[in-house]
Amino acid sequence: MSGLEGFDGALAAARPRAVGALLRYFRDLDAAEEAFQNACLRALSTWPRTGPPRDPAAWLILVGRNSGIDAARRRARETPLPPDEVLSDLGDVETPLAERLDDADYRDDILRLLFVCCHPQLPATQQIALALRIVGGLSVAQIARAFLVSEAAMEQRITRAKARIAQADTPFETPGPAERAERVGAVAAMIYLIFNEGYSASGAAAPLRATLCGEAIRLGRLLLRLFQAEPEIMGLVALLLLQHARAAARLAPDGEIILLDDQDRSLWDQGMIAEGRALIEKAARHGRLGAYQIQAAIAAAHAQARSPEATDWTRIDQLYRLLEQVQPSPVITLNRAVAVAKRGDLEGALALIEPLEGRLGGYFHFFGVKGWLLMELGRPAPAREAFNRAIALAGAAAEAAQIRRHLDRLAGHA
Amino acid sequence: MFSWTKAEDDAVMARLDLVHQTLAAQGKLGPALRLLPTTAATSVRKGEEPLVLDGPFVETKEQLLGFYVVDFESLDEALETAKALSRANPGIGGYEVRPIRLFLPGQSLAHAEAGGEAR
Repeated sequence: MSGLEGFDGALAAARPRAVGALLRYFRDLDAAEEAFQNACLRALSTWPRTGPPRDPAAWLILVGRNSGIDAARRRARETPLPPDEVLSDLGDVETPLAERLDDADYRDDILRLLFVCCHPQLPATQQIALALRIVGGLSVAQIARAFLVSEAAMEQRITRAKARIAQADTPFETPGPAERAERVGAVAAMIYLIFNEGYSASGAAAPLRATLCGEAIRLGRLLLRLFQAEPEIMGLVALLLLQHARAAARLAPDGEIILLDDQDRSLWDQGMIAEGRALIEKAARHGRLGAYQIQAAIAAAHAQARSPEATDWTRIDQLYRLLEQVQPSPVITLNRAVAVAKRGDLEGALALIEPLEGRLGGYFHFFGVKGWLLMELGRPAPAREAFNRAIALAGAAAEAAQIRRHLDRLAGHA
Repeated sequence: MFSWTKAEDDAVMARLDLVHQTLAAQGKLGPALRLLPTTAATSVRKGEEPLVLDGPFVETKEQLLGFYVVDFESLDEALETAKALSRANPGIGGYEVRPIRLFLPGQSLAHAEAGGEAR
Protein backbone atom coordinates (compact mmCIF):
# COMPACT_ATOMS: atom_id res chain seq x y z
CA MET A 1 0.00 0.00 0.00
CA SER A 2 1.49 3.34 -0.95
CA GLY A 3 0.41 6.92 -0.42
CA LEU A 4 -2.94 8.13 0.81
CA GLU A 5 -4.92 6.53 -2.00
CA GLY A 6 -4.54 3.10 -0.46
CA PHE A 7 -5.72 4.44 2.89
CA ASP A 8 -8.77 6.04 1.28
CA GLY A 9 -9.85 2.57 0.18
CA ALA A 10 -9.37 1.16 3.68
CA LEU A 11 -11.30 4.04 5.23
CA ALA A 12 -14.19 3.63 2.80
CA ALA A 13 -14.33 -0.12 3.41
CA ALA A 14 -14.34 0.38 7.19
CA ARG A 15 -16.98 3.09 7.08
CA PRO A 16 -20.26 1.16 7.57
CA ARG A 17 -18.82 -0.88 10.45
CA ALA A 18 -17.20 2.11 12.14
CA VAL A 19 -20.07 4.58 11.75
CA GLY A 20 -22.51 1.85 12.80
CA ALA A 21 -20.57 1.18 16.01
CA LEU A 22 -20.16 4.91 16.71
CA LEU A 23 -23.89 5.41 16.26
CA ARG A 24 -24.56 2.72 18.85
CA TYR A 25 -22.16 4.48 21.17
CA PHE A 26 -23.24 8.11 20.71
CA ARG A 27 -26.86 7.43 19.74
CA ASP A 28 -26.76 10.41 17.43
CA LEU A 29 -26.03 10.40 13.70
CA ASP A 30 -24.23 13.74 13.60
CA ALA A 31 -22.02 12.85 16.54
CA ALA A 32 -21.22 9.46 14.99
CA GLU A 33 -20.34 11.01 11.65
CA GLU A 34 -18.22 13.73 13.20
CA ALA A 35 -16.36 11.20 15.32
CA PHE A 36 -15.71 9.08 12.22
CA GLN A 37 -14.38 12.10 10.31
CA ASN A 38 -12.04 12.94 13.17
CA ALA A 39 -10.83 9.36 13.31
CA CYS A 40 -10.18 9.42 9.57
CA LEU A 41 -8.11 12.60 9.87
CA ARG A 42 -6.13 10.98 12.64
CA ALA A 43 -5.66 7.87 10.51
CA LEU A 44 -4.35 9.85 7.58
CA SER A 45 -1.74 11.50 9.80
CA THR A 46 -0.83 8.33 11.71
CA TRP A 47 -1.03 5.41 9.29
CA PRO A 48 1.58 6.61 6.79
CA ARG A 49 4.04 6.56 9.71
CA THR A 50 2.95 3.39 11.52
CA GLY A 51 1.43 1.45 8.66
CA PRO A 52 -2.29 0.66 8.58
CA PRO A 53 -3.63 -1.29 11.56
CA ARG A 54 -4.62 -4.91 11.25
CA ASP A 55 -8.29 -4.05 11.76
CA PRO A 56 -8.87 -0.51 10.46
CA ALA A 57 -12.53 -0.43 11.56
CA ALA A 58 -11.67 -1.30 15.17
CA TRP A 59 -8.98 1.39 15.19
CA LEU A 60 -11.34 4.00 13.78
CA ILE A 61 -14.06 3.08 16.27
CA LEU A 62 -11.79 3.51 19.25
CA VAL A 63 -10.18 6.73 18.03
CA GLY A 64 -13.57 8.05 16.94
CA ARG A 65 -15.09 7.23 20.29
CA ASN A 66 -12.34 9.04 22.18
CA SER A 67 -12.51 12.08 19.92
CA GLY A 68 -16.27 12.18 20.35
CA ILE A 69 -15.90 12.02 24.09
CA ASP A 70 -13.39 14.89 24.01
CA ALA A 71 -15.80 16.92 21.92
CA ALA A 72 -18.69 16.20 24.26
CA ARG A 73 -16.53 17.17 27.22
CA ARG A 74 -15.63 20.46 25.59
CA ARG A 75 -19.29 21.16 24.93
CA ALA A 76 -20.50 20.39 28.43
CA ARG A 77 -17.85 20.72 31.12
CA GLU A 78 -20.30 20.06 33.88
CA THR A 79 -21.08 16.51 32.73
CA PRO A 80 -19.24 13.82 34.67
CA LEU A 81 -16.28 12.21 32.91
CA PRO A 82 -16.73 8.84 31.27
CA PRO A 83 -14.95 5.90 32.89
CA ASP A 84 -11.18 5.81 32.57
CA GLU A 85 -10.95 2.68 30.46
CA VAL A 86 -12.86 4.41 27.68
CA LEU A 87 -10.35 7.24 27.65
CA SER A 88 -7.26 5.07 27.89
CA ASP A 89 -4.29 5.77 25.68
CA LEU A 90 -4.40 4.61 22.09
CA GLY A 91 -1.04 2.88 22.09
CA ASP A 92 -2.19 -0.66 22.77
CA VAL A 93 -5.73 -0.61 21.47
CA GLU A 94 -5.41 -2.57 18.38
CA THR A 95 -5.13 -6.26 19.00
CA PRO A 96 -7.36 -6.79 22.03
CA LEU A 97 -10.08 -4.58 20.64
CA ALA A 98 -10.12 -6.41 17.35
CA GLU A 99 -10.57 -9.65 19.26
CA ARG A 100 -13.39 -8.28 21.40
CA LEU A 101 -15.54 -6.85 18.67
CA ASP A 102 -16.89 -9.82 16.82
CA ASP A 103 -18.95 -10.02 13.69
CA ALA A 104 -22.25 -10.34 15.57
CA ASP A 105 -21.83 -6.85 17.07
CA TYR A 106 -20.95 -5.39 13.73
CA ARG A 107 -23.87 -7.07 12.09
CA ASP A 108 -26.49 -5.34 14.20
CA ASP A 109 -24.55 -2.06 14.10
CA ILE A 110 -24.46 -1.95 10.33
CA LEU A 111 -28.04 -3.12 10.05
CA ARG A 112 -29.14 -0.38 12.48
CA LEU A 113 -27.23 2.23 10.49
CA LEU A 114 -28.95 1.14 7.29
CA PHE A 115 -32.28 0.81 9.01
CA VAL A 116 -32.12 4.31 10.49
CA CYS A 117 -31.82 5.65 6.95
CA CYS A 118 -35.00 3.92 5.80
CA HIS A 119 -37.17 5.27 8.56
CA PRO A 120 -40.82 5.07 7.43
CA GLN A 121 -41.38 8.77 8.18
CA LEU A 122 -38.80 9.75 5.58
CA PRO A 123 -39.86 10.11 1.95
CA ALA A 124 -38.02 7.73 -0.39
CA THR A 125 -35.78 10.45 -1.83
CA GLN A 126 -34.56 11.39 1.64
CA GLN A 127 -33.99 7.76 2.58
CA ILE A 128 -31.81 7.26 -0.45
CA ALA A 129 -29.85 10.47 -0.01
CA LEU A 130 -29.22 9.69 3.64
CA ALA A 131 -28.08 6.12 2.98
CA LEU A 132 -25.70 7.27 0.26
CA ARG A 133 -24.25 9.94 2.53
CA ILE A 134 -24.10 8.06 5.83
CA VAL A 135 -23.46 4.47 4.81
CA GLY A 136 -21.99 4.88 1.34
CA GLY A 137 -19.87 7.87 2.32
CA LEU A 138 -20.62 9.70 -0.93
CA SER A 139 -20.08 13.46 -0.71
CA VAL A 140 -23.08 15.78 -0.75
CA ALA A 141 -21.80 17.11 -4.10
CA GLN A 142 -21.74 13.61 -5.59
CA ILE A 143 -25.27 12.85 -4.41
CA ALA A 144 -26.54 16.25 -5.60
CA ARG A 145 -25.11 15.57 -9.07
CA ALA A 146 -26.80 12.17 -9.22
CA PHE A 147 -30.15 13.71 -8.32
CA LEU A 148 -29.72 16.76 -10.57
CA VAL A 149 -30.23 19.22 -7.72
CA SER A 150 -27.94 21.90 -6.35
CA GLU A 151 -25.51 21.04 -3.60
CA ALA A 152 -27.30 23.42 -1.25
CA ALA A 153 -30.65 21.75 -1.90
CA MET A 154 -29.17 18.31 -1.26
CA GLU A 155 -27.42 19.52 1.89
CA GLN A 156 -30.78 20.79 3.11
CA ARG A 157 -32.53 17.54 2.20
CA ILE A 158 -30.00 15.52 4.18
CA THR A 159 -30.09 17.90 7.15
CA ARG A 160 -33.87 17.68 7.22
CA ALA A 161 -33.77 13.89 7.09
CA LYS A 162 -31.30 13.78 9.96
CA ALA A 163 -33.47 16.13 12.03
CA ARG A 164 -36.46 13.87 11.52
CA ILE A 165 -34.48 10.84 12.58
CA ALA A 166 -33.18 12.61 15.68
CA GLN A 167 -36.80 13.19 16.73
CA ALA A 168 -37.87 9.65 15.99
CA ASP A 169 -37.16 6.76 18.30
CA THR A 170 -34.14 4.92 17.02
CA PRO A 171 -34.07 1.37 18.39
CA PHE A 172 -30.68 0.85 20.02
CA GLU A 173 -31.27 -2.41 21.84
CA THR A 174 -30.20 -5.61 20.09
CA PRO A 175 -33.13 -6.64 17.88
CA GLY A 176 -34.96 -9.91 18.30
CA PRO A 177 -35.22 -12.32 15.35
CA ALA A 178 -38.58 -10.98 14.13
CA GLU A 179 -37.47 -7.33 14.34
CA ARG A 180 -34.20 -8.20 12.67
CA ALA A 181 -36.03 -9.87 9.78
CA GLU A 182 -38.27 -6.82 9.45
CA ARG A 183 -35.27 -4.47 9.35
CA VAL A 184 -33.53 -6.61 6.77
CA GLY A 185 -36.65 -6.43 4.61
CA ALA A 186 -36.89 -2.63 4.89
CA VAL A 187 -33.19 -2.20 4.14
CA ALA A 188 -33.43 -4.51 1.12
CA ALA A 189 -36.31 -2.43 -0.24
CA MET A 190 -34.26 0.75 0.20
CA ILE A 191 -31.28 -0.75 -1.61
CA TYR A 192 -33.58 -1.72 -4.47
CA LEU A 193 -34.87 1.86 -4.54
CA ILE A 194 -31.33 3.24 -4.81
CA PHE A 195 -30.65 0.89 -7.69
CA ASN A 196 -33.82 1.93 -9.50
CA GLU A 197 -32.91 5.60 -9.17
CA GLY A 198 -29.78 4.83 -11.15
CA TYR A 199 -31.31 2.28 -13.49
CA SER A 200 -34.29 4.33 -14.59
CA ALA A 201 -32.16 7.34 -15.56
CA SER A 202 -31.67 8.28 -19.17
CA GLY A 203 -30.26 11.20 -21.11
CA ALA A 204 -27.35 13.30 -19.96
CA ALA A 205 -27.86 12.33 -16.33
CA ALA A 206 -27.53 8.62 -16.99
CA PRO A 207 -23.75 8.24 -16.57
CA LEU A 208 -23.85 10.21 -13.30
CA ARG A 209 -26.68 8.15 -11.93
CA ALA A 210 -25.00 4.89 -12.83
CA THR A 211 -23.00 5.54 -9.64
CA LEU A 212 -26.22 4.78 -7.77
CA CYS A 213 -26.43 1.31 -9.33
CA GLY A 214 -22.86 0.53 -8.30
CA GLU A 215 -23.50 1.87 -4.81
CA ALA A 216 -26.68 -0.21 -4.47
CA ILE A 217 -24.76 -3.35 -5.43
CA ARG A 218 -22.09 -2.50 -2.88
CA LEU A 219 -24.72 -2.08 -0.15
CA GLY A 220 -26.47 -5.26 -1.27
CA ARG A 221 -23.23 -7.22 -0.99
CA LEU A 222 -22.66 -5.70 2.43
CA LEU A 223 -26.10 -6.86 3.56
CA LEU A 224 -25.51 -10.30 2.09
CA ARG A 225 -22.20 -10.67 3.94
CA LEU A 226 -24.07 -9.90 7.16
CA PHE A 227 -26.94 -12.28 6.39
CA GLN A 228 -25.32 -15.02 4.38
CA ALA A 229 -28.15 -17.52 4.65
CA GLU A 230 -31.00 -15.21 3.63
CA PRO A 231 -32.31 -16.37 0.22
CA GLU A 232 -34.15 -13.13 -0.54
CA ILE A 233 -30.97 -11.09 0.00
CA MET A 234 -29.18 -13.45 -2.39
CA GLY A 235 -32.09 -12.85 -4.77
CA LEU A 236 -31.83 -9.08 -4.39
CA VAL A 237 -28.10 -8.98 -5.09
CA ALA A 238 -28.57 -11.39 -8.01
CA LEU A 239 -31.31 -9.17 -9.44
CA LEU A 240 -29.17 -6.05 -9.21
CA LEU A 241 -26.16 -7.78 -10.77
CA LEU A 242 -28.15 -9.29 -13.62
CA GLN A 243 -29.77 -5.94 -14.45
CA HIS A 244 -26.54 -4.00 -14.11
CA ALA A 245 -24.73 -6.56 -16.29
CA ARG A 246 -26.53 -4.97 -19.25
CA ALA A 247 -25.45 -1.43 -18.35
CA ALA A 248 -22.87 -1.02 -21.11
CA ALA A 249 -25.41 -2.10 -23.75
CA ARG A 250 -28.42 -0.20 -22.40
CA LEU A 251 -27.48 3.36 -23.28
CA ALA A 252 -26.63 4.93 -26.60
CA PRO A 253 -23.78 7.49 -26.68
CA ASP A 254 -26.36 10.27 -26.27
CA GLY A 255 -27.68 8.59 -23.10
CA GLU A 256 -30.90 7.33 -24.68
CA ILE A 257 -32.10 3.92 -23.59
CA ILE A 258 -31.58 1.01 -25.99
CA LEU A 259 -34.36 -1.55 -25.63
CA LEU A 260 -33.54 -5.14 -24.75
CA ASP A 261 -34.20 -6.54 -28.25
CA ASP A 262 -31.84 -4.01 -29.83
CA GLN A 263 -28.94 -4.36 -27.38
CA ASP A 264 -25.51 -5.64 -28.39
CA ARG A 265 -25.40 -8.68 -26.16
CA SER A 266 -21.63 -9.02 -26.46
CA LEU A 267 -21.41 -5.95 -24.22
CA TRP A 268 -23.20 -7.68 -21.34
CA ASP A 269 -20.91 -8.28 -18.37
CA GLN A 270 -20.51 -12.05 -18.15
CA GLY A 271 -18.87 -11.87 -14.72
CA MET A 272 -21.91 -10.20 -13.19
CA ILE A 273 -24.21 -12.64 -14.97
CA ALA A 274 -22.23 -15.59 -13.61
CA GLU A 275 -22.35 -14.16 -10.10
CA GLY A 276 -26.08 -13.46 -10.34
CA ARG A 277 -26.80 -16.98 -11.51
CA ALA A 278 -24.63 -18.49 -8.78
CA LEU A 279 -26.58 -16.54 -6.16
CA ILE A 280 -29.93 -17.64 -7.59
CA GLU A 281 -28.79 -21.25 -7.42
CA LYS A 282 -27.64 -20.83 -3.83
CA ALA A 283 -30.92 -19.21 -2.86
CA ALA A 284 -32.98 -21.96 -4.50
CA ARG A 285 -31.48 -24.54 -2.13
CA HIS A 286 -33.42 -22.93 0.72
CA GLY A 287 -36.78 -23.67 -0.91
CA ARG A 288 -38.17 -20.29 0.23
CA LEU A 289 -39.11 -18.45 -2.92
CA GLY A 290 -39.65 -14.70 -2.81
CA ALA A 291 -40.18 -11.75 -5.13
CA TYR A 292 -36.48 -10.83 -5.47
CA GLN A 293 -35.50 -14.39 -6.31
CA ILE A 294 -38.20 -14.69 -8.95
CA GLN A 295 -37.36 -11.35 -10.53
CA ALA A 296 -33.70 -12.36 -10.54
CA ALA A 297 -34.61 -15.64 -12.26
CA ILE A 298 -36.48 -13.67 -14.95
CA ALA A 299 -33.48 -11.40 -15.45
CA ALA A 300 -31.27 -14.51 -15.64
CA ALA A 301 -33.51 -16.04 -18.32
CA HIS A 302 -32.98 -12.92 -20.44
CA ALA A 303 -29.26 -12.80 -19.64
CA GLN A 304 -28.75 -16.39 -20.76
CA ALA A 305 -30.34 -15.89 -24.18
CA ARG A 306 -27.68 -15.29 -26.82
CA SER A 307 -30.22 -13.52 -29.05
CA PRO A 308 -33.75 -12.17 -28.50
CA GLU A 309 -35.10 -15.16 -30.47
CA ALA A 310 -33.31 -17.62 -28.18
CA THR A 311 -35.19 -16.34 -25.11
CA ASP A 312 -37.01 -19.07 -23.16
CA TRP A 313 -40.43 -17.38 -23.01
CA THR A 314 -42.19 -20.43 -21.58
CA ARG A 315 -39.92 -20.25 -18.54
CA ILE A 316 -40.40 -16.49 -18.26
CA ASP A 317 -44.19 -16.98 -18.43
CA GLN A 318 -43.95 -19.51 -15.57
CA LEU A 319 -41.80 -17.17 -13.51
CA TYR A 320 -44.19 -14.24 -13.96
CA ARG A 321 -47.03 -16.55 -12.96
CA LEU A 322 -45.16 -17.26 -9.70
CA LEU A 323 -44.44 -13.57 -9.21
CA GLU A 324 -48.15 -12.75 -9.65
CA GLN A 325 -48.89 -15.12 -6.77
CA VAL A 326 -46.23 -13.67 -4.48
CA GLN A 327 -46.82 -10.04 -5.40
CA PRO A 328 -50.06 -9.50 -7.36
CA SER A 329 -49.87 -6.38 -9.53
CA PRO A 330 -51.31 -5.37 -12.92
CA VAL A 331 -47.82 -4.46 -14.19
CA ILE A 332 -46.64 -8.01 -13.52
CA THR A 333 -49.66 -9.40 -15.37
CA LEU A 334 -48.83 -7.08 -18.27
CA ASN A 335 -45.29 -8.45 -18.33
CA ARG A 336 -46.60 -11.98 -18.26
CA ALA A 337 -48.83 -11.18 -21.22
CA VAL A 338 -45.72 -10.27 -23.23
CA ALA A 339 -44.20 -13.67 -22.38
CA VAL A 340 -47.46 -15.42 -23.29
CA ALA A 341 -47.52 -13.64 -26.64
CA LYS A 342 -43.85 -14.32 -27.32
CA ARG A 343 -44.38 -18.03 -26.78
CA GLY A 344 -47.10 -17.89 -29.45
CA ASP A 345 -50.45 -17.26 -27.75
CA LEU A 346 -51.43 -13.77 -28.96
CA GLU A 347 -55.16 -14.18 -28.23
CA GLY A 348 -54.43 -15.43 -24.73
CA ALA A 349 -52.14 -12.46 -24.12
CA LEU A 350 -54.76 -9.95 -25.26
CA ALA A 351 -57.39 -11.58 -23.06
CA LEU A 352 -54.96 -11.28 -20.15
CA ILE A 353 -54.40 -7.54 -20.49
CA GLU A 354 -57.86 -6.33 -21.46
CA PRO A 355 -59.16 -6.31 -17.87
CA LEU A 356 -56.15 -4.17 -16.83
CA GLU A 357 -57.06 -1.04 -18.79
CA GLY A 358 -58.88 0.56 -15.88
CA ARG A 359 -55.81 0.40 -13.66
CA LEU A 360 -53.11 0.91 -16.28
CA GLY A 361 -54.89 3.59 -18.32
CA GLY A 362 -52.03 6.07 -17.74
CA TYR A 363 -49.21 3.64 -18.39
CA PHE A 364 -47.13 3.83 -21.57
CA HIS A 365 -46.25 0.14 -21.65
CA PHE A 366 -49.87 -0.96 -21.40
CA PHE A 367 -50.79 0.73 -24.69
CA GLY A 368 -47.49 -0.25 -26.28
CA VAL A 369 -48.15 -3.93 -25.54
CA LYS A 370 -51.82 -3.69 -26.47
CA GLY A 371 -51.03 -2.05 -29.81
CA TRP A 372 -48.35 -4.61 -30.55
CA LEU A 373 -50.70 -7.53 -29.80
CA LEU A 374 -53.46 -6.07 -31.97
CA MET A 375 -50.99 -5.41 -34.77
CA GLU A 376 -49.67 -8.98 -34.63
CA LEU A 377 -53.27 -10.23 -34.63
CA GLY A 378 -53.93 -8.31 -37.86
CA ARG A 379 -56.21 -5.62 -36.44
CA PRO A 380 -54.56 -2.40 -37.63
CA ALA A 381 -57.26 0.13 -36.71
CA PRO A 382 -57.45 -0.58 -32.94
CA ALA A 383 -53.67 -1.16 -32.97
CA ARG A 384 -53.12 2.36 -34.30
CA GLU A 385 -55.42 3.77 -31.68
CA ALA A 386 -53.47 2.04 -28.88
CA PHE A 387 -50.11 3.17 -30.32
CA ASN A 388 -51.30 6.76 -30.46
CA ARG A 389 -52.22 6.64 -26.81
CA ALA A 390 -48.83 5.06 -26.04
CA ILE A 391 -46.92 7.84 -27.82
CA ALA A 392 -48.77 10.43 -25.77
CA LEU A 393 -47.56 8.68 -22.60
CA ALA A 394 -43.97 7.87 -23.67
CA GLY A 395 -41.22 9.03 -21.31
CA ALA A 396 -37.94 8.18 -23.01
CA ALA A 397 -37.25 9.01 -26.65
CA ALA A 398 -36.45 5.35 -27.38
CA GLU A 399 -39.93 4.38 -26.24
CA ALA A 400 -41.62 6.83 -28.59
CA ALA A 401 -39.30 5.84 -31.43
CA GLN A 402 -40.21 2.19 -31.01
CA ILE A 403 -43.92 2.98 -31.22
CA ARG A 404 -43.33 5.13 -34.29
CA ARG A 405 -41.60 2.19 -35.98
CA HIS A 406 -44.72 0.11 -35.32
CA LEU A 407 -46.97 2.85 -36.70
CA ASP A 408 -44.79 3.09 -39.83
CA ARG A 409 -45.15 -0.63 -40.28
CA LEU A 410 -48.93 -0.35 -39.98
CA ALA A 411 -48.96 2.49 -42.50
CA GLY A 412 -46.90 0.34 -44.89
CA HIS A 413 -49.54 -2.38 -44.77
CA ALA A 414 -52.50 -0.03 -45.14
CA MET B 1 -12.17 -5.20 -7.75
CA PHE B 2 -15.81 -6.19 -8.17
CA SER B 3 -16.80 -2.58 -8.73
CA TRP B 4 -14.42 -2.05 -11.62
CA THR B 5 -15.91 -0.80 -14.83
CA LYS B 6 -15.32 -2.89 -17.91
CA ALA B 7 -12.67 -0.44 -19.13
CA GLU B 8 -10.77 -0.63 -15.82
CA ASP B 9 -11.11 -4.38 -15.83
CA ASP B 10 -9.81 -4.69 -19.39
CA ALA B 11 -6.84 -2.48 -18.53
CA VAL B 12 -5.92 -4.62 -15.51
CA MET B 13 -6.35 -7.84 -17.49
CA ALA B 14 -4.07 -6.48 -20.21
CA ARG B 15 -1.37 -5.68 -17.65
CA LEU B 16 -1.72 -9.08 -16.02
CA ASP B 17 -1.49 -10.71 -19.42
CA LEU B 18 2.02 -9.31 -19.91
CA VAL B 19 3.12 -11.13 -16.77
CA HIS B 20 1.29 -14.27 -17.91
CA GLN B 21 3.08 -14.18 -21.25
CA THR B 22 6.48 -14.07 -19.58
CA LEU B 23 5.65 -17.07 -17.43
CA ALA B 24 4.08 -18.96 -20.33
CA ALA B 25 7.17 -18.38 -22.50
CA GLN B 26 9.24 -20.00 -19.75
CA GLY B 27 6.86 -22.98 -19.68
CA LYS B 28 5.95 -22.20 -16.08
CA LEU B 29 2.33 -21.08 -16.26
CA GLY B 30 -0.23 -23.63 -15.06
CA PRO B 31 -3.95 -22.92 -14.66
CA ALA B 32 -5.01 -19.48 -13.43
CA LEU B 33 -8.44 -18.61 -12.11
CA ARG B 34 -10.46 -15.67 -11.03
CA LEU B 35 -13.11 -16.55 -8.46
CA LEU B 36 -16.50 -15.04 -7.81
CA PRO B 37 -16.76 -13.14 -4.50
CA THR B 38 -17.08 -14.97 -1.20
CA THR B 39 -20.80 -14.11 -1.08
CA ALA B 40 -21.25 -16.60 -3.94
CA ALA B 41 -19.58 -19.38 -1.93
CA THR B 42 -21.24 -22.33 -0.18
CA SER B 43 -19.40 -24.46 2.37
CA VAL B 44 -19.57 -28.08 3.46
CA ARG B 45 -18.36 -28.65 7.00
CA LYS B 46 -17.11 -32.12 7.86
CA GLY B 47 -18.93 -34.07 10.53
CA GLU B 48 -21.03 -37.15 11.22
CA GLU B 49 -23.33 -35.85 8.51
CA PRO B 50 -21.58 -33.13 6.44
CA LEU B 51 -23.28 -29.78 6.98
CA VAL B 52 -23.99 -27.35 4.14
CA LEU B 53 -23.61 -23.66 5.04
CA ASP B 54 -24.03 -20.47 3.06
CA GLY B 55 -20.96 -18.36 2.69
CA PRO B 56 -17.23 -19.01 2.82
CA PHE B 57 -15.16 -20.52 5.58
CA VAL B 58 -14.86 -17.46 7.77
CA GLU B 59 -12.54 -18.59 10.53
CA THR B 60 -9.25 -17.00 9.63
CA LYS B 61 -7.31 -19.61 11.56
CA GLU B 62 -8.35 -22.27 9.10
CA GLN B 63 -5.84 -22.99 6.41
CA LEU B 64 -6.29 -23.50 2.72
CA LEU B 65 -4.75 -26.93 2.24
CA GLY B 66 -5.57 -27.48 -1.40
CA PHE B 67 -8.22 -27.19 -4.03
CA TYR B 68 -9.94 -28.93 -6.91
CA VAL B 69 -11.03 -27.45 -10.21
CA VAL B 70 -14.10 -29.37 -11.39
CA ASP B 71 -16.65 -28.61 -14.10
CA PHE B 72 -20.02 -29.19 -12.39
CA GLU B 73 -23.44 -28.86 -13.96
CA SER B 74 -25.00 -27.41 -10.83
CA LEU B 75 -24.33 -26.29 -7.28
CA ASP B 76 -26.11 -29.40 -5.99
CA GLU B 77 -23.75 -31.63 -7.92
CA ALA B 78 -20.78 -29.73 -6.47
CA LEU B 79 -22.16 -30.03 -2.93
CA GLU B 80 -22.76 -33.78 -3.33
CA THR B 81 -19.14 -34.17 -4.38
CA ALA B 82 -17.94 -32.04 -1.46
CA LYS B 83 -19.93 -34.28 0.90
CA ALA B 84 -18.42 -37.39 -0.70
CA LEU B 85 -14.95 -35.91 -0.21
CA SER B 86 -15.80 -35.11 3.41
CA ARG B 87 -16.88 -38.67 4.10
CA ALA B 88 -13.76 -40.03 2.38
CA ASN B 89 -11.57 -37.75 4.50
CA PRO B 90 -13.31 -37.24 7.85
CA GLY B 91 -11.92 -35.07 10.62
CA ILE B 92 -11.98 -31.33 10.99
CA GLY B 93 -12.38 -28.59 8.40
CA GLY B 94 -14.41 -28.86 5.26
CA TYR B 95 -14.79 -27.78 1.68
CA GLU B 96 -15.76 -24.44 0.25
CA VAL B 97 -17.53 -24.49 -3.12
CA ARG B 98 -16.58 -21.31 -4.92
CA PRO B 99 -17.76 -20.59 -8.47
CA ILE B 100 -15.06 -19.63 -10.96
CA ARG B 101 -15.53 -16.46 -12.94
CA LEU B 102 -12.64 -16.87 -15.36
CA PHE B 103 -10.52 -19.96 -16.01
CA LEU B 104 -7.27 -19.92 -17.95
CA PRO B 105 -6.15 -23.53 -18.40
CA GLY B 106 -2.46 -22.70 -18.97
CA GLN B 107 0.09 -25.41 -19.74
CA SER B 108 0.46 -28.79 -18.15
CA LEU B 109 3.53 -28.49 -16.01
CA ALA B 110 6.49 -30.84 -16.29
CA HIS B 111 7.34 -30.46 -12.57
CA ALA B 112 3.83 -30.46 -11.16
CA GLU B 113 5.06 -31.01 -7.58
CA ALA B 114 6.68 -27.56 -7.69
CA GLY B 115 3.16 -26.12 -7.85
CA GLY B 116 2.44 -27.60 -4.45
CA GLU B 117 4.17 -24.72 -2.77
CA ALA B 118 1.05 -22.63 -2.73
CA ARG B 119 -0.38 -22.40 0.76
